[in-house]
Amino acid sequence: MDFLNAIVAIANYVLIPGIAYGSQLALGALGVTMIYGILRFSNFAHGDTMAFGTMVTILFTWWFQSLGISIAPLPTALLALPFGIVFTALLLLGTDRAVYRFYREKRAAPVILVIVSMGVMFIMNGLVRFIIGPDEQRFADGARFLIRARDFKQWTGLSEGLAIRTSQAITVVTAVAVVALLFWFLMRTRTGKSMRAYSDNEDLALLSGINPERVVMYTWLIVAALATIAGVLYGLDKSFKPFTYFQLLLPIFASAVVGGLGNPIGAIAGGFVVAFSEVTITYAWKKVLVYLLPESLEPSGLAQLLSTDYKFAVSFALLIIVLLFKPTGLFKGKTV
Amino acid sequence: MTGMKVNWKNVALFALVAVLIIGTGFVQSWNTALYILNLGLISAIMAIGVNLQWGYAGLFNVGIMGLVAIGGLATVLTAMPPVKEAWAAGGLRMMLALATGAATIGGGILLYKRMRPGRRRTLALMVWLVGGFFLYRSLFDPAAEAIEAVNPASTGYLGGAALPVLLAWPLGGLMAAGVAWLIGKTALGLRSDYLAIATLGIAEIIVAVMKNEDWLDRGVKNVVGIPRPLPYEVDLQRDPGFVETASSLGLDPVTASTLYVKLGYGLMFTAVLVIVLVLAELALRSPWGRMMRAIRDNEVAAEAMGKDVVARHLQVFILGSAIVGMAGAMMTTLDGQLTPGTYQPLRYTFLIWVMVIVGGSGNNWGAILGGFLIWFLWVQVEPLGKMLMDVITAPLPDGALKAHLLESVAHMRLFTMGLILLLVLRFSPRGLIPEK
Repeated sequence: MDFLNAIVAIANYVLIPGIAYGSQLALGALGVTMIYGILRFSNFAHGDTMAFGTMVTILFTWWFQSLGISIAPLPTALLALPFGIVFTALLLLGTDRAVYRFYREKRAAPVILVIVSMGVMFIMNGLVRFIIGPDEQRFADGARFLIRARDFKQWTGLSEGLAIRTSQAITVVTAVAVVALLFWFLMRTRTGKSMRAYSDNEDLALLSGINPERVVMYTWLIVAALATIAGVLYGLDKSFKPFTYFQLLLPIFASAVVGGLGNPIGAIAGGFVVAFSEVTITYAWKKVLVYLLPESLEPSGLAQLLSTDYKFAVSFALLIIVLLFKPTGLFKGKTV
Repeated sequence: MTGMKVNWKNVALFALVAVLIIGTGFVQSWNTALYILNLGLISAIMAIGVNLQWGYAGLFNVGIMGLVAIGGLATVLTAMPPVKEAWAAGGLRMMLALATGAATIGGGILLYKRMRPGRRRTLALMVWLVGGFFLYRSLFDPAAEAIEAVNPASTGYLGGAALPVLLAWPLGGLMAAGVAWLIGKTALGLRSDYLAIATLGIAEIIVAVMKNEDWLDRGVKNVVGIPRPLPYEVDLQRDPGFVETASSLGLDPVTASTLYVKLGYGLMFTAVLVIVLVLAELALRSPWGRMMRAIRDNEVAAEAMGKDVVARHLQVFILGSAIVGMAGAMMTTLDGQLTPGTYQPLRYTFLIWVMVIVGGSGNNWGAILGGFLIWFLWVQVEPLGKMLMDVITAPLPDGALKAHLLESVAHMRLFTMGLILLLVLRFSPRGLIPEK
């Protein structure tokens, strides 16, 4: 019985949050890795792109709510999501036209593009704060739980409860659908194949008649969708705050680098590696250990390896370890 | 150097900055003008440090915030009085814990280097690190708890060394140099993007440590009342000699005392800026400076000529970081308090980058100009934006939209800074005062 309780506790506090957070990071890292693969720079504005897409989605959610439109028990934000993606796509295509294209034609060094993306980050950050303000926003509505801890205890008779929030379930289902769609697109469609060709070898792809501007346009469209979905899922699961989204840059970059920059499968794996490292290292294991160990060995403290304030340190440590010992990531990434 | 030919464009640019700051004095207040001047001086020093890394060597460091924060920490550790009860409660244990932590990491590196690659090494390393971590925690946790329990409302930390606060400036530089050595040892030699991401991460961690380790610097409870290198305004106002001099200049004692203190800081900062500038210019023109730029422009060729690229990068990375750390210590001295919660990457990392790029990467005068100009804009965009928005919204009826627009003006400065950065990168990529 104690053993089962320990497993339920691990599932409840580590496994489920880790899977949800990992899916969100994976979607974010996919965006970063796509830009790196096709446009060949690390996009520092990615966190703020996610914030922008989420903000538009929140504004539409509020509008729908005021009109009384609802898809309960699902959150209204899912209905508003396509609008968020469209506006983010317009913003990104506009940014590419006004900013990035110039440097692409000049074949500027990647580091210059990184600095340029820093400028874009400032502008997007300012834009988001200007429109919705710097404060925290909660926009999740509909049913809060898929499984409640109390109900779970009644069904199973265990003393430990298991809860699955709707936002967590939606995150995982959406992430699986999006990733499946993305891989189908990259592997099966003509455009997707030309994108992969362009990413592998730009010169060869150009020689075989692939239109680079078209490839770039599709990249931004996909990135807009990935960033907005990642941002909205994160916001539904936790909450929306522009500064938090900016800070997500570090775990997202860590995920992309751990998996191997430019490699989509790597980005997904990296997202889960980072998420689970973060959750297991900052979780207080006392509860689980109390179930598993005999009374004499029970820990006196929280049995927490690092306080949650240091979750960035986990992403960072992973990043450094991978860079030092396997610079191209777990799945072979590329270097520009 | 083309003899003593005066570059009138540059003179005009600096004159413009002077006019802007003096104009602030006439239009707004001399207090604001001196505030802009003092933080402009500090910004200029930070920009020179970043310029050393980016302009001389092409190293992309986005961890400036962390170095500034380290400098701030140095001020507390130098100037605050030690808390004797806290030292008695857990000071030595804490030192022992930190030594254990350092020994664990050092021993781990030694193990990794000395043993042959293979499963035995991996296993030995794991056992050593995990064992060391638990030993460290078993020493650290009770020590930190004991220290933080000592009068938590006013102290709850170990305090500093009660040394003169001016010593914090070189010490801040030294501590930042130490951190830079650690970062450089691990992340230099990696690709430029990776260095950027690594420095971004380390800066977040440094600030997280300063926010959460109350035993070290009281965390978000802040350390206030850091000793000053200059007299306090209230003491000046009580000094009859000072009051007399002030009235002979036609100033009331309160205004005179604030101006006196701010001007005093301004002079001290100017002295530091001049020293840093002279050293940086000498370095730039020395064979060392030429070698740095040669490495920046073509690493492969420089390496083929027998230059140790990684070692030179490490050197310039440490030097630049030390300058930034020193400026961070100066800033905390000016504030008179350490507030770890206020270190924001947009303000302390990315804004400094805008200064360097706008001023002109590779040129120290450019860095100084950028430091002043961008700092002036950062301060003034808000009131200017507010005036503009007042005009725009004047015809609107009072309501939610108008209130929102007026309230949002505060965020216009981020937008403006991004726009300036992009415009300069696009139309004048070498900056206002380009590299010679």
